[in-house]
Amino acid sequence: MTEEILRVRGLRKRFPGVVALDGVDFDLRPGEVHVLLGENGAGKSTLIKMLSGAYHPDEGTIFVDGRETTIRTAEDAQRLGIATIYQEFNLVPQLTVAENLMLGRPPRRFGFVDKKAMYARAQEMLDRVGVDADPRAPLESLGIARMQMVEIAKALGLDARVLIMDEPTAVLTTSEVERLFTIVRQLKEQGVAIVFITHHLEEIAQIGDRVTVLRDGASVAEVPADTPEDELVRLMVGRSIDQQYPRERSTQGAPLLEVRGLTRTGVFEDVSFEVRAGEVVGLAGLVGAGRTEVVRAIFGADHYDSGEVLVDGRRLPRGNVTAAMEAGLGLVPEDRKGQGLVLGADIRENLGLVTMRHATHAGFVDRAGQTKAAARVAEQLGVRMSGLTQEVRTLSGGNQQKIVIGKWLLAEAKVLILDEPTRGIDVGAKVEIYQLINSLTAAGHAVLMISSDLPEVLGMSDRVLVMARGRLAGELSAAEATQDSVMALAVGELEETA
Amino acid sequence: MTTGVLRLRKGGSVLSENGSLIGLIVLVVALTLLSGDFLTVTNLLNVGVQAAVTAILAFGQTYVIISAGIDLSVGAVAALSAVVLAWTATSNGMPWPLATGFALLVGIACGLVNGALITYGKLPPFIATLAMQGVARGLGLVISQGSPIALPDSVSHLGDTIGSYLPVPVIVMLVMGVITAVVLNRTYAGRAMYAIGGNEEAARLSGIKVTRQKLITYALAGGFAAVAGIVLASRLASAQPQAALGYELDAIAAVVIGGASLSGGKGKALGTFVGALILAVLRNGLNLLSVSAFWQQVVIGVVIALAVLLDTLRRRQAR
Repeated sequence: MTEEILRVRGLRKRFPGVVALDGVDFDLRPGEVHVLLGENGAGKSTLIKMLSGAYHPDEGTIFVDGRETTIRTAEDAQRLGIATIYQEFNLVPQLTVAENLMLGRPPRRFGFVDKKAMYARAQEMLDRVGVDADPRAPLESLGIARMQMVEIAKALGLDARVLIMDEPTAVLTTSEVERLFTIVRQLKEQGVAIVFITHHLEEIAQIGDRVTVLRDGASVAEVPADTPEDELVRLMVGRSIDQQYPRERSTQGAPLLEVRGLTRTGVFEDVSFEVRAGEVVGLAGLVGAGRTEVVRAIFGADHYDSGEVLVDGRRLPRGNVTAAMEAGLGLVPEDRKGQGLVLGADIRENLGLVTMRHATHAGFVDRAGQTKAAARVAEQLGVRMSGLTQEVRTLSGGNQQKIVIGKWLLAEAKVLILDEPTRGIDVGAKVEIYQLINSLTAAGHAVLMISSDLPEVLGMSDRVLVMARGRLAGELSAAEATQDSVMALAVGELEETA
Repeated sequence: MTTGVLRLRKGGSVLSENGSLIGLIVLVVALTLLSGDFLTVTNLLNVGVQAAVTAILAFGQTYVIISAGIDLSVGAVAALSAVVLAWTATSNGMPWPLATGFALLVGIACGLVNGALITYGKLPPFIATLAMQGVARGLGLVISQGSPIALPDSVSHLGDTIGSYLPVPVIVMLVMGVITAVVLNRTYAGRAMYAIGGNEEAARLSGIKVTRQKLITYALAGGFAAVAGIVLASRLASAQPQAALGYELDAIAAVVIGGASLSGGKGKALGTFVGALILAVLRNGLNLLSVSAFWQQVVIGVVIALAVLLDTLRRRQAR
């Protein structure tokens, strides 16, 4: 058995108000992919921040190569060969690929940056991870997948022996994930030890060797990667989730949202569909198929060139969010932190954002009423919080998403558009959101749900629309929709036109 | 339920939210010990009068900074409004309430232009208000032909004291402070400022009309600048086109010392008030201690840096 490169024993960390880690044990051997699994808030981020020098444990020890070590700063971690790839990359988009790869330590000659050496070295680094990118190109010209590869190449350039990857697949498409896995396997063979965080259970068996499950800040189990998914879920949440997609069909009523011939040149074309009261319509398709663009146009967040949008039979003016809202539309955007929440504001404030207009009389906001309403919805959604004045920044992803949905519940939106509602959310919170969707449709609301998570689309939709290249490629009933039939439509048109 | 993470009440939140208040208290105690002249009613009222103009400008600036903007034009707009007041009241013989109202409108108009440049013109606030600084200062000089205009007696009464005790500038400052607190806490416009400053896109997607709210924000800053200009002119009994030079920076400093974040979404009327008082008390105290004017600038610079540094450290600790 290989000597462990990293060993962690009894780590504890307390923040003001929160015990983030409560006894974590964790081992890592060279050449293995060790998956860290846990719900949001289980302590994964805190653990990796300790390994990368951002936080210091209150108790417990970290051994590197069998020696007890303190990791005080990011430089310490780097010296020990530990590199972390966060979801938000530590890269400068405006600089070139090569400059990013050697950020802060470019090769120098006579005090000047030696560009020739820099590009040559960058090419080597890119070759090592097998990514096809021009070292001279500005980083921002690369897609997110290749940026991630650049980040990996940068870490390896610092002689990283331990690579910590925080949900690397969350932002990638299926084929990009495949490419990432190929690279991860190569790195394994080179003896790099990898800590891999993911919420996609099906990835664990594909890429992992061992799994450590965290729950409530403690490591609760270490199991082989081929452990059945339902067993992993049980370990993660401490109870079994009987039904991952508990869709209960409701009786359907009149069309609440009608979209006719919606077109924005070059982005989406002739998109027509309707969503009925009590219905969940799934909008599937590959990333970049134009789904988000279409729903943003429907909601008035962006403009469109032609076509029309009707809510409850009344036509909406273009590009007017307030009018869409007043008509009964609500949008839970894809980018929760960037578009859904005011992170620095508290829960009450965020929940009241939409209803604030109606709670205003002669310019003054009825704050007592807003507080009462917020308390009611927070309770209804089961938001886990210290109080209504907690900053939403400090909530877990699932609870943050409940707040975004909650503000539309308060506004009593008739048609709720959910764009990737469960992305980056743990299993337990996912099911709660599904149940919420059920209760909304049971109450006669309509739901339009974009999701790149196919099992979720299939499990929750009454009808599935598939988009490809800015067009509706087809519509499938719940009975017709399978992984294969949806994917065939999603990629079908691509192949025809390619 | 599943994440049974223990959440304790944030300890010492009174202290962490009122850091600048503690700074002010320390300053007052220190100056009381160092100078026998400091803690007297006359001197304190004097400090109040000196703080008034900066504080009123800073209240206006607070709106802008909370909504993640900046207004570099408030000093120049104050001077322009004062000049307009004096000019209309003297050369045009306008009755003083009307002239005051007109001066206020000029301030608000300047703010609206700022807001329009920023929203419709998509100029960065720094640039738009820098341009307005030049324009307002220049217009003031043009109207006054470069020299001070004496205020008619009716207007300069605004700088008096009531019952030979309460200086009007202090009262105006307190009123403007209360207005600011109410606007920020209770009104739609105020709450929208926090939302826009915290996350403009989220605010927009929640149905807040960002353009309209920003116009209101800058108009308020302009209106407050006009009030500050009127207070300043009535204190000096004349409108001076070169008055309030650089005051925008004092105003920004007061807001930031008061705990607001230049990246938006955070800030309070009380904090700004305390920030303005710290600056005024410091200047006053250094005068009493006969510190040279040159060294005073150094000390004030250091205090601004220290105040924000301490605030940053405290926040980091709270994480």
